[in-house]
Amino acid sequence: MINKRVNSIQEALEGVQDGMTMMFGGFGLCGIPENCINELVTMGVKDLCCISNNAGVDDFGLGLLLQKRQIRKMIASYVGENAEFERQMLTGEMEVELVPQGTLAERCRSAQVGIPAFFTPAGYGTEIAQGKEVRNFNGKNYILEEAFKADFAFIKAWKGDHAGNLIFKGTARNFNPAMCGAATITVVEVEELVPAGSLDPNQIHIPGIFVQRIFQGKTYEKRIEQRTVRKRP
Amino acid sequence: MALSKEQIAQRIAKEVKDGYYVNLGIGIPTLVANYVRDDIAVEFQSENGVLGMGPFPWEGEEDPDLINAGKQTITTLAGASFFDSSLSFGMIRGQHVDLTILGAMEVAQNGDIANWKIPEKMVKGMGGAMDLVSSAENIIVAMMHTNRAGESKLLESCSLPLTGVGCVKKIVTNLAVIEITDKGFLVLERAPGISVKEIEAATAGTLIIPNEVPEMTFS
Repeated sequence: MINKRVNSIQEALEGVQDGMTMMFGGFGLCGIPENCINELVTMGVKDLCCISNNAGVDDFGLGLLLQKRQIRKMIASYVGENAEFERQMLTGEMEVELVPQGTLAERCRSAQVGIPAFFTPAGYGTEIAQGKEVRNFNGKNYILEEAFKADFAFIKAWKGDHAGNLIFKGTARNFNPAMCGAATITVVEVEELVPAGSLDPNQIHIPGIFVQRIFQGKTYEKRIEQRTVRKRP
Repeated sequence: MALSKEQIAQRIAKEVKDGYYVNLGIGIPTLVANYVRDDIAVEFQSENGVLGMGPFPWEGEEDPDLINAGKQTITTLAGASFFDSSLSFGMIRGQHVDLTILGAMEVAQNGDIANWKIPEKMVKGMGGAMDLVSSAENIIVAMMHTNRAGESKLLESCSLPLTGVGCVKKIVTNLAVIEITDKGFLVLERAPGISVKEIEAATAGTLIIPNEVPEMTFS
């Protein structure tokens, strides 16, 4: 067993520097690496380029990095829940690249699996396609999109073992699997870290080969963005 | 009377057929799930990674690890499955999803759709809309016929930045059911009590009006 376990969050984030490009798993506030984000705030690293489907809310998730002006550029598909984000974008303090959600996921997955670029129909004929190569396959138009290059990927999984094998829960899976191994160093935080051999190999979603460092997160707030319920009859 | 948002959803629910996998957008489309006949088998896909989405949870049973694409807490039904974002959009691009229902700010008579950006006013991002409209074979737009200023959302050509080109097939508004054809917006049905004249007055694009335009029914 190749041991991926690190003893502290400081060790997990060793090598993080100003100006780096970082991927963050999560959809909205669901399945985000809460502990890693908090530690990046504490470290105070800045000029970051962040790749994440969303940008958190004002006081949680990536919104915490925004508040401290640690993000130079944001690459995301939807950023609607964050007033500070909108302010920094409109004043030009922060650069923003909006990417269709499926293209964002595939640019991560391509980086993970060694595919430099791919053709997708998403965005053909729109401003997203500007400056991109267009090809027609079987009568339909596609644009060329490139794999991301990132220094760190920060992942949140439900369970993991010391070998770095991961299991996700519910829709907290989202962008996390495709970001594993899509950056030079993949750091995973889990709710429950167990010794190798404790997880059924049949149930593993992401094998440890895609993971460099794993640790158990201290606490999880797991904030709900839109609590929607039915009244009991 | 023009339809309420619930009635628009109810009319669209008639388009959902047995055996369909359906992706519902945020807003009116989300309501469609409430009106689908219960004697047919339909599974709802949410692009954040779930098939077999169920109703909202009972109070106190919310799970922060279980949400839809609108970030609302949800439940799952028997036969549900979870998957990651790249596979989710794989099933969308791969045309395994039978029907996509989404909202729009503008639709053009050639099927172009704009629903993600108002330059210098609203720049929230396209989310999964560009992937959905460029891939789906069967797209229905659910929207009000006019915007808050009373201007038509059905246009000769879109004025806002596009989400996709030539992709919309059908539109259900508070006034009419409309099909996109080579020659313009074909009026298939009108809302109960709404005249063809009222539809004409609220539409900026080219309308094609058959001799008989029946009133909508909801079941």
